[in-house]
Amino acid sequence: MSTLTALARIEAARTGSAQPLATVRHCHLGEQPLVLIPLKLSGEAAAPLAAMVGTARKDPALLVVAQPRNRDLRFGFAAELAALVLSYVESRQAGTETVPTKDGEGRQRYSDAPQVLVPNPGGITFLRLLGRSTRFRRIDGPYPVEASVPLLGRWLTWLCDRAEQPGSSVLMPMTSMLAGHWATGQSTFEDANLGALLGWLDPPEGMTGPQAALRAEDPLLCPPAGPTTDPGFDNEELAPLLAAYDRAPADQARMAATDRLRRALRRQLEPTWELMWRSIELLRALPEGAHVTGRWEGDRESFTHFAEGVPEGFPQAKRDSAVAAARRLIRLERAQDELDVQRALDDPLVMAEHRLTGEAFAGIVVAAQPDRLDTTGKTPKLRPYLQVRTSDPLRVADGDTVHNAGRKGQKALVVDVNAGTVLLELSSGMGRKRVAEPGSVPEVGDRVCFTTFAADFHRSPVLPPLEQTPWTHGGPPEAYVPGDDEAVAYPPTAADALEVWE
Amino acid sequence: MTDLAARLDRLRGDAPARNHDARTIAALTTNPGCGRRGLMDAAGIDKDAVARYLGFPAPFGQSQFAIARGNAFEKQVKDDGFAELFTLLRERLGLPVPQVAIESLDEVGGNHGSELRHAQTRRALARALAGDGSTLFDHPLLRLDIAGQPAYLEPDVLAFRLGDKFYVIEIKSFAIIDGQADPEQVAAAARQSAVYVLALRRLLTQLGHPATAVSHEVILVCPENFSNQPAAAFVDVRKQLSVIERQLSRISRIDDLVAALPEEMTFELGDGLASAIRAVEARYAPDCVSSCELAFFCRDEARACGSTDLLGIAVRDDVGGVETLATALGLADGSLAPSPEQVEIAAKLRLARLLRAQALEGVA
Ligand code: SF4
Repeated sequence: MSTLTALARIEAARTGSAQPLATVRHCHLGEQPLVLIPLKLSGEAAAPLAAMVGTARKDPALLVVAQPRNRDLRFGFAAELAALVLSYVESRQAGTETVPTKDGEGRQRYSDAPQVLVPNPGGITFLRLLGRSTRFRRIDGPYPVEASVPLLGRWLTWLCDRAEQPGSSVLMPMTSMLAGHWATGQSTFEDANLGALLGWLDPPEGMTGPQAALRAEDPLLCPPAGPTTDPGFDNEELAPLLAAYDRAPADQARMAATDRLRRALRRQLEPTWELMWRSIELLRALPEGAHVTGRWEGDRESFTHFAEGVPEGFPQAKRDSAVAAARRLIRLERAQDELDVQRALDDPLVMAEHRLTGEAFAGIVVAAQPDRLDTTGKTPKLRPYLQVRTSDPLRVADGDTVHNAGRKGQKALVVDVNAGTVLLELSSGMGRKRVAEPGSVPEVGDRVCFTTFAADFHRSPVLPPLEQTPWTHGGPPEAYVPGDDEAVAYPPTAADALEVWE
Repeated sequence: MTDLAARLDRLRGDAPARNHDARTIAALTTNPGCGRRGLMDAAGIDKDAVARYLGFPAPFGQSQFAIARGNAFEKQVKDDGFAELFTLLRERLGLPVPQVAIESLDEVGGNHGSELRHAQTRRALARALAGDGSTLFDHPLLRLDIAGQPAYLEPDVLAFRLGDKFYVIEIKSFAIIDGQADPEQVAAAARQSAVYVLALRRLLTQLGHPATAVSHEVILVCPENFSNQPAAAFVDVRKQLSVIERQLSRISRIDDLVAALPEEMTFELGDGLASAIRAVEARYAPDCVSSCELAFFCRDEARACGSTDLLGIAVRDDVGGVETLATALGLADGSLAPSPEQVEIAAKLRLARLLRAQALEGVA
């Protein structure tokens, strides 16, 4: 957190309504996200109890496991969920675009990708476990399952892996999305409750943020957003209903018991379903940040790549090898750096954080020499001078390089810093001629912002040689098999099929 | 009875003392700086009843499914004379497990009385220490004194003399999946087991044996992957041990706190309860909600006085430790003159406010 965010929270607490932390939306939000709210049985690692799923607010599908301890019913649930998720994934493959390649042939990339929204990070943890527990299932031999079940497992695993990449939008917890864009007047601990968080952002008529949040903490009025259910619901409603199902003597009685169970679980899920769609509305109202499209392209790239390999491939490994894990960590760190910079460039409110710490400064151009030439070398070079007045705390010094936040690729050298004014020498981003291209040099009176960090991430990743993999990244691998990249693929063993998932 | 113990008794009034268990002792370490909680715990006050009486019931409930699952798994591990447990100790942990006797300390001739059961455990351990055989004790009852009040603790299993160490064994029903378990649940299990290790070490010392004979590694037994098959792992609890020891020594030094209270004060349920509680200083933090029964009461109090504690320690640090929302905002908009030690943070807050306003103006 920063002083700026802290101040926003304090203001929210004082005024009783949430305060913006962003002026644009920093995540992709497609036309048709798949909202998925999973519930599990308390005390079990990944025994599904129910889920509400769908791409349309008015038309949620409700999946229920009438007896979560029954293996067949659980895999029946997995098959139902697979049908929904796989057809959603397929629907994202309708259109493609051509990406140029070196050989001039070009290759195809899907113009869309799946986007799954869950209420909170716990939802992702659950999907990861569900993916782990289904992707090694076998469709033959002992305990066979439907073919869609292991496939669902592999897609869930892809979604969860991809979700760890900062800036990815294929699978996101709603609480994190909202908390990234608004500050509430409660703690991050309380923000983890979707109902309470949304209470601050969008209180019902006649209520303040804190009143709405307080109301949302009552599990009777606002059931938890899962995946764990309210213990009171478990003991008072769920337990008798499951017992009734178990006792039901015949099919008809069993159907009636299932019906009652479905109704009870629907009541637990529906409020969260509404919260999810209300949240989507709020986020949609924000204009999309400029770099979001580029990051979503990365998601589409990953989607295309995975979809190509899925028909023949083996399920993803249970654990990454040390090398794969180290590489992955480096990739994630880079993505995080990139995301941080892009968010700042896209959003003045995020940039304000960097101005506060002195990593960036903004001000007015008070003097300019747009056609100044540097004649000290063999050929004269275009090096305009700009004098910028700013009230930001300055942490740059003579000789530093800074980057123009408003013009990608424009660098400047700090020539002089003096009591609130900075003299800059522009060195790039003005075209190739000796006269600057029109509009490429800021003019007197313009508002400008310069950063100490660069916007371009063209440099190739700095990977240490494998034998020097630092211990923080798992240490050097014992035996490295070339081509052994990312997830080590291998076929499921008989033991995997025997895991009874109980 | 010491003066302090008598005074604590009076604070509790007629209500029966609420005994600590490993979970509540471990919870003591999550907000060790809070005097209110320290005092109420030392006096054995039923905070849950207090919170309910005040209209702020604690949000802690346990699902019967979780409880049933836990019991079923423990039973499975212990069935057939601990067969599964032996296999684990030998094959997974590589411990030498010779002929082992199993002694159930669950009840004493049908008697469940805590002190009786504890005495029985004590005798059984003394016997084991004198001999050279190995024994697994099923549900022993240990004892730890908290500010003069005995707390009885019931580990799942104590293993005597595997190699030359004594081990606490905890059976938990959360899963270890591909070698990893939920870090929060492991941490909670480690804190709880550390309390057992401490109690066992104290008992050994009383019996004239070195405390170090009890391993600082506890053995955690959990189901593996998505099966019912148990797996076992060592968990090092040294860190948790020292935190708990420090906190326990602090609890018994609450004399000062008590001395500052009016002589006639009591925490008995009744009209004066809320004001009595308010008279003892608290240190509210948002995660009180997961560890202390009084959390909603204290949160309400923090709200009423506009404390920055409400927003969590990170926010409070970011505004230089300023205590109230009003002060932070006053310093930010310049309506409040900073004290000498606030000059720096005041300047930062003013700038932060300006920058936020500028950035938001651009959009509006
Ligand atoms: S809830 Fe209140 S009494 Fe309990 S630890 Fe927190 S501040 Fe102390």
